[in-house]
Amino acid sequence: MSNNSASGLVSLQKSVKQLRNEAGIRRIKVSQAAADLKTFCLQNAHKDPLLMGVPSSDNPFRPPKSCALF
Amino acid sequence: MGEMEQMKKEAEALKTQIEAARKAAHDTDMASAASGVAPAPRVQLKTRRTLKGHLAKIYAMHWCTDNRLMVSASQDGKLLIWDSHTGNKVNAVPLKSSWVMTCAYAPSGNLVASGGLDNMCTVYNLKTPVIKTVKELDAHTGYLSCARFLSDTEILTSSGDTTCVLWDLETGKQKTVFLNHVGDCMCLSLSPDMNSFVSGACDSLAKLWDIRDGQCKQTFQGHTSDINAISFYPSGNAIITGSDDCTCKMYDIRADQEVISYQDAALNSGVTSLDLSASGRLIFAGYDDFNCNIWDSLKGEKVGVLSGHDNRVSCTGVPGDGMCVCTGSWDSFLKIWN
Repeated sequence: MSNNSASGLVSLQKSVKQLRNEAGIRRIKVSQAAADLKTFCLQNAHKDPLLMGVPSSDNPFRPPKSCALF
Repeated sequence: MGEMEQMKKEAEALKTQIEAARKAAHDTDMASAASGVAPAPRVQLKTRRTLKGHLAKIYAMHWCTDNRLMVSASQDGKLLIWDSHTGNKVNAVPLKSSWVMTCAYAPSGNLVASGGLDNMCTVYNLKTPVIKTVKELDAHTGYLSCARFLSDTEILTSSGDTTCVLWDLETGKQKTVFLNHVGDCMCLSLSPDMNSFVSGACDSLAKLWDIRDGQCKQTFQGHTSDINAISFYPSGNAIITGSDDCTCKMYDIRADQEVISYQDAALNSGVTSLDLSASGRLIFAGYDDFNCNIWDSLKGEKVGVLSGHDNRVSCTGVPGDGMCVCTGSWDSFLKIWN
């Protein structure tokens, strides 16, 4: 019985220490966080091939159209 | 007994304090903040390659940093290295244990790793004349769910034993053990600056860890079931998670909370895997219902779907240059879309 309460206490002490650490962090407002995420996304949009579409001339997964010579 | 009671009270008080601090920071949510942003274009991607070769369910895939080669793992007991441009198989690595759950490509392209129900992470050198096993990392007491190389000398693993471990590949020993989850760890993602990583677990929590000091810095709650997939946003300030509760969520690290949830009443399959487009705007999430849904990460709207697999999509990956998305499935095929 005493072993159980000893390990239970240690475990609880660890939880409390962890919670203390997590409680102490600095948090920014969601409005600021969201604004920064928006800005990052929009600024990098032009470099995002899946968003902008990949022109077939630049698409390594699309074979270039072959010319037929008659 | 008195001390236990006191500690329990303190724990409850701290949880209340954290919730209050999060609430105080919650002056809006992501979707509202993005209401003025033009909607993402309807995304219609085509299958450019169907990679056939595995003989059983595919469980994992990972792109090489050259944006061309990739490794896939199947319970047929093989790792296959593919040239995605030609669709050819470049290498086959037979596995000692066929119960593989994860695979990884080292940033150098020299090494690959795999692991699963054998509880081990095995590292192979692809550059020796014959592919050699260079290390068997054997200390987890549960299955290996995910592995990611930091370099040719360090690898991070997550395990069903509820821990994540940073290994030294030169000695084969554990450098750091990350202890805090109370459920099987299912996935991990390295931060862009490589100083931290996030893990998702069956305790429905995501945790942010400092790689060097081994501490859990933050815990993100909100999911109501196992978190199967996790990824850092390219900016490094947010993470996206995918869960058996059928939703994906975005958590902002600096606001320390959930800022948007990606869900749909019609969707009642768990999320198995996810990855992001280069800017982070698009989330590609694989589901148990055989589809990969595409979400607008800012507005929370579904903007497309990748249909074509005949069984669960088990893994999803976008290469570093963002040129395509690869899905792997229990139907034994990998598909490349753009």
